[in-house]
Amino acid sequence: MKYISEFRQQDLARQLARAIAQTVDPGRRYRLMEFCGGHTHAIFRYGVQDLMPANVEFIHGPGCPVCVLPTGRIDNAIQLAERHEVILCTYADLMRVPATGRNSLLKAKAGGCDIRMVYSTQDVLKIARDNPDRPVVFFAIGFETTTPPTAVAIRQAQAERLANFSVFCNHVLTPAAMLAILDAPQPVSIDAFLGPSHVSTIIGSQAYEPFAEHHAKPIVIAGFEPLDVMQSALMLIRQLNEGRHEVENEYSRAVTRQGNVKAQALMREVFELRPQFEWRGLGLIPDSALKLKPDYADFDAEQRFSLPAIQASDVKGCECPAILRGAKKPQDCKLLGTVCTPENPMGSCMVSSEGACAAYWSYGRLSRRSG
Amino acid sequence: MPKPYTSSLNLTTGKVDLSHGGGGRAMAQLVDELFIRHFDNDLLRQRNDQALFAVPAGRLVISTDGHVISPLFFPGGDIGSLAVHGTVNDVSMSGARPLYLAAGFILEEGLPLADLERIVASMAAAARQANTPVITGDTKVVERGKGDGVFITTTGVGIVPKGVNLSGDRARPGCAILVSGSIGDHGVAIMAGRENLQFGTSIVSDSAALNGLVAEMVAIAPDAIHCLRDPTRGGLATALNELARQSGVGMVVDETRIPIKAEVKAACEILGLDPLYVANEGKLVCICAPDAAQRLLAVMQRHPLGRDAAIIGEVVDDPHGFVQMLTAFGGRRIVDWPVGEQLPRIC
Repeated sequence: MKYISEFRQQDLARQLARAIAQTVDPGRRYRLMEFCGGHTHAIFRYGVQDLMPANVEFIHGPGCPVCVLPTGRIDNAIQLAERHEVILCTYADLMRVPATGRNSLLKAKAGGCDIRMVYSTQDVLKIARDNPDRPVVFFAIGFETTTPPTAVAIRQAQAERLANFSVFCNHVLTPAAMLAILDAPQPVSIDAFLGPSHVSTIIGSQAYEPFAEHHAKPIVIAGFEPLDVMQSALMLIRQLNEGRHEVENEYSRAVTRQGNVKAQALMREVFELRPQFEWRGLGLIPDSALKLKPDYADFDAEQRFSLPAIQASDVKGCECPAILRGAKKPQDCKLLGTVCTPENPMGSCMVSSEGACAAYWSYGRLSRRSG
Repeated sequence: MPKPYTSSLNLTTGKVDLSHGGGGRAMAQLVDELFIRHFDNDLLRQRNDQALFAVPAGRLVISTDGHVISPLFFPGGDIGSLAVHGTVNDVSMSGARPLYLAAGFILEEGLPLADLERIVASMAAAARQANTPVITGDTKVVERGKGDGVFITTTGVGIVPKGVNLSGDRARPGCAILVSGSIGDHGVAIMAGRENLQFGTSIVSDSAALNGLVAEMVAIAPDAIHCLRDPTRGGLATALNELARQSGVGMVVDETRIPIKAEVKAACEILGLDPLYVANEGKLVCICAPDAAQRLLAVMQRHPLGRDAAIIGEVVDDPHGFVQMLTAFGGRRIVDWPVGEQLPRIC
């Protein structure tokens, strides 16, 4: 398959593994945080860690939109479907995420709520057009990658006067979360970052420049294929060896310095910053999420329906918060594989295939057994 | 007395209504003009509530399968042909020669009779091709909104040749694992056919009856085949995990040897799915004694439904019962049980 298989070649992986082994300084450790769940998934699925020297460690970051969504927001979404009798439209990833009281969107749907899985915001608009007498709410989640399509849908709904359509907005911002990890009261020790792939196609590599400068951390924007991950790790190791802390772009086939300027303008047109937003595992982070601008208030589900702010507590013993900060690994959690499995997830990291726990459980537990 | 006039079934613009399940004339007309006309055979023509037939001495197998798919028509087949293939294959995976089918239809009020005729005609053609006639059946009609157009349950009986002993618990360390062709075609064809997911693809479902292929395999190596399974829902990964658990063994497969069409790989990349978990309706997994693997492979590759057959791995001793895969990238990973239905990812 062109443009895919080239980035999964075994002989190139071996060459890169040799180059990395020759480049690392055996006297130090390299703690590289891959921010994105897509990278976590690739690392486990292809066994990238096995090809790395023992002193190079991947720390899994919070870049999985499903994983960082606080339980209270899922509870809100279920309320929308239960009490306000809306047609709630959502990306499939969210269906199994645990809500309060062992509930989930999947269970609420089985209980009679009208919850529909969609592939794009265009599907939601179609549902709204087809059901003019019912409120249709899009449960919008995701980082900068999924935000522009939501903005497009809101603009279209306005142009069409689609009065029954609204958005329950949970879009969050990547750079704010990276800052929060480093500025935490007990920060996790991280030497460098593998920067997001798809997010960076939108926001561009320049979005990370102040961050690399002020926190003196190297960042390499990395593609999602396993060879991208290895090449980017090598680039980070070289920067660390040379004492540099720059933003470099390994994923140059898709990411530019400026990013997608049109998409950025569209986001600015429709959304504005929330003063703060709760992230699962990271707590309240200022200026880290988006809401609809007053001009688009008619399409804001939070203004249209009364939704109480819910402070839901996580399952006792669930280490998702610490895992999302990079402070713990999935195998440090006592619930992993005992009461928490993909069939019966206790925490969000076990739900999405990009969550660190699900990736570890599905692909990686072999290595634990063999030592 | 002149015979009362009855207009024939309107198969162009007519729709199923509740009277078609009511047991009266309308139902009898539906049975005569649609089901019996297409499925036509001596046993069905007797119009009894059961079909009576003689069986040779030996061992019989029976299997039943409900078919509830959306969309009803998809590239490469429809619910009718699938209802035949699904059950013929379940019977065949015991090594049996399928004899007969029974079919139960649950029709939703409002289903166009033209669609029903298309489905029944396709089902009859599939049954003829598989040499396994539908000899008895049942029809019910449910109110609009209580079905999804049509649900079809088929039950099949077959006879197992002497000396053939296939069972999911007979995989042994050292056995070879074969697959009869490219995987994931059916699931991708179905997904591409769904109305809210329009992407152009040339992939058609692999839906097919495998009894002919199985008969040739059983004929050349009756003792050497330990297990057969059709990797339908949950795909190849689920079939291998089921066999590993039933037999209390592990398995190691080689990613580079698993046949997958480039179009299926590409569609799965777009949707964030793993082709190992995508459904098949015309493929089988065979676990056999290592010394028979090449012979079976040659027989499979000579059959039109096994042209792309391959030896993909071997059964190993593993108390954990893991199915492992040597990845094309050079690593090793677990191929786990799937979790519920595979859902597309957002990023």
